[in-house]
Amino acid sequence: MKVQLRDPNTIMKLSRLGSFHQSKLSFLRSFLNEFKDWEYKRDLFNLDKFGYGETVYSFSKGRRTYSLVCFANEIKDDERSDRVIATKWDAAFTLHDGVPTQKDIDRLKNEVPKQEVGRLSFKELTLSRANKSVRVFNHVVEKLSEGKQPDLELLSKVGYLYRTTAVYGSGKFGLADRFRIKNREEINGPFRLEMMLVYLVRQFTFDQVNHVAYNKNPSKAVKLDKKICKNLGIGNSTGLGMAPFIVNHPTLLNNWVLSREIALKKIRNIKTVKKKESDLFVDCIKKSLTNITSWNTDSEYQQIKIKNLLKDIKKFIKFIDKSFDFKDEYPFNKIYLWLENEVCEECIEYVVSIMMEPYSEITTPLISQMSSEEDKYFTIPSSRSLKELRNIIEKKYSNILKINFDKKQNIQNFWFISKNKEEPRLADRFKESGSELEQPLAIARDVKKLYEKLLDTKNISTVAEFLSTNPGLRHIVRRVFIVEKFPYSEIQDNTIGKNIMPIDMLRLKLSFFGALKFDPRSDKWLRICMFQGAPLPDELKNYDEQWVYRTSI
Amino acid sequence: MKSLSEIETTAKRASKAAGFSWGESEEIGKCIRQLEMFGLPGIKHLNSYFHDKIKNNYKNLSLINQSNSSPSSPYCPIILGIGFLDQLKTLENYQKIYFSSVAYPILFLSFLSRSSETIGKKINVKFDEKEILLNLNVNIYSNFLKLEFPKNSKNLEINFVENKDNFSEEEWRSLYKLSENTFVEETDSLKKGAAGAGLTDND
Repeated sequence: MKVQLRDPNTIMKLSRLGSFHQSKLSFLRSFLNEFKDWEYKRDLFNLDKFGYGETVYSFSKGRRTYSLVCFANEIKDDERSDRVIATKWDAAFTLHDGVPTQKDIDRLKNEVPKQEVGRLSFKELTLSRANKSVRVFNHVVEKLSEGKQPDLELLSKVGYLYRTTAVYGSGKFGLADRFRIKNREEINGPFRLEMMLVYLVRQFTFDQVNHVAYNKNPSKAVKLDKKICKNLGIGNSTGLGMAPFIVNHPTLLNNWVLSREIALKKIRNIKTVKKKESDLFVDCIKKSLTNITSWNTDSEYQQIKIKNLLKDIKKFIKFIDKSFDFKDEYPFNKIYLWLENEVCEECIEYVVSIMMEPYSEITTPLISQMSSEEDKYFTIPSSRSLKELRNIIEKKYSNILKINFDKKQNIQNFWFISKNKEEPRLADRFKESGSELEQPLAIARDVKKLYEKLLDTKNISTVAEFLSTNPGLRHIVRRVFIVEKFPYSEIQDNTIGKNIMPIDMLRLKLSFFGALKFDPRSDKWLRICMFQGAPLPDELKNYDEQWVYRTSI
Repeated sequence: MKSLSEIETTAKRASKAAGFSWGESEEIGKCIRQLEMFGLPGIKHLNSYFHDKIKNNYKNLSLINQSNSSPSSPYCPIILGIGFLDQLKTLENYQKIYFSSVAYPILFLSFLSRSSETIGKKINVKFDEKEILLNLNVNIYSNFLKLEFPKNSKNLEINFVENKDNFSEEEWRSLYKLSENTFVEETDSLKKGAAGAGLTDND
């Protein structure tokens, strides 16, 4: 049996990418695995009775320490906003490289709460802020202070006490550049320090809610039950800021998707599956139903996707219970082929993720290949021929070349950077002004433009000559040569068409982060939950790897 | 302090705003990042170049020859730099390349530094009695300490430095001889027993 990697023309379509789910390859899970034997500590807890003040949490091993510095602030209800236009938040955080001195904390106290308008230093690695889910937070405080545990039904509707509204890293606002830390062994997976920040913020939310409840009624208050804590995660509101990232980092995108595809290929190629492996797979599939049935959203788009997913997963469970035998040869390949014929894209990718659960020996080596040295592929191989360039386009962009960009609907939108917040935005080219300042994110349109120009070009043989008279196509020539080497580096879809769903781009990235319960609030932003069901810091030394499928609320 | 990521992004966006294409702007962003990492005044000179560019009509040379002369105005360092990167395979065949005048030579140097890495050879640049060695994009070495780069350079000459040792054969032999003092003289017994392989391997 020689199963091949799946075709990028199918997998890299936005509707498919927007159906991806977390898996063992996801960054928050690989973060927990990497840091499970680090020493966790709460180094400082200096909150007043209302929960405002500073706290510091750390992970240490040997001579290395990473410290989360938190600043909890009082804000008015009308100042609380998840949108990027907000200027105040319930709490602000930074991950400091090492143990912060009092001088560091004083400096950070001035800068971190200001977020984008503050200045960080090379000693800080990531920056974030979060807002309370006021309804849930207040309810939990109220109940704990009365000596009771909170209403699980209410908690299950939200899934967290706080949600972050941005997590920054890699040199933003003066933070350390990635090159300063990239050779550290413990961060050889993407976004590992961002995951650490979010994970420690989760612990802060439990400590803060316990502290406020205690101060409200010291004689009666109880602590939030550990089992309940474990079933709460951290929410996140994500807008368009994340979407261009996957277009601007093609080799990184490739390495994420390629790792997933290699894992699937290897699993489909397993001839004989052991009983404990198939049992674990089936167990995860069945237990994961809780994640689907507790997945709340007001979005009609997502509700339909969830409904179809639930229907198809039930159909799949019936299939494996009644008509399938794992003793057959290449069982996971048979399952995959059945899925392709019988269920929706959302369900295919859901099951593909769960197929990885029994196979750490396949996924673990792939995790270290999910980063990318992007600069290595920046220089255009300009001595190559135009014929080669044309051939690559024909081979790698065959679907894109079929799009007619003379049609208004196919160029309806444009991506731009807002002057107010320096964040990416998407707008209608024919209704809004500013399209002359369009960002180079319309890859499909520009590839087609390059291809048409190449067809018209005579008497020029090398890319160098072509670029000397066509500087406006330089960015896309660079890209085509990257795609030649990295099959999954390009979204095989039109990112400026009338029907684009930007949340598909967000969801792709968030699935690799390890997010659960995608809750689109429009076609341009969504809420998610991270670390729901994850072990608490003091449980890390010995935890159930399939915690994602063991949530009970 | 600004991070290199901020420097690259801002240089890229500013270059686009100054009239370069996105692809060219990406190249400029990378080069300015590199200059600043080497401790050279990339941002300062890019800024100054953009202001001067409005009133000065710098000449765009996209096809570079062995000897390039522009009597009327200096060459634009960016178009020249990008052209140099693109035509590197051809240019490598020349021993020396000459430019009559290049505006903001430090900006041009950043492209040459990347070219040095691409071809795996050091590049030597001379202008106005200044000499600069571009070392595979790992560092930039010069014979002037304050690194006060001019806005305009006359008679800029580029040499590709062939990969060869910086020391004489005699110096090497002397050092090697000293290093031999860490070796153990092999006795017959050691010759037979201390190596992994057999003494005859003709089987």
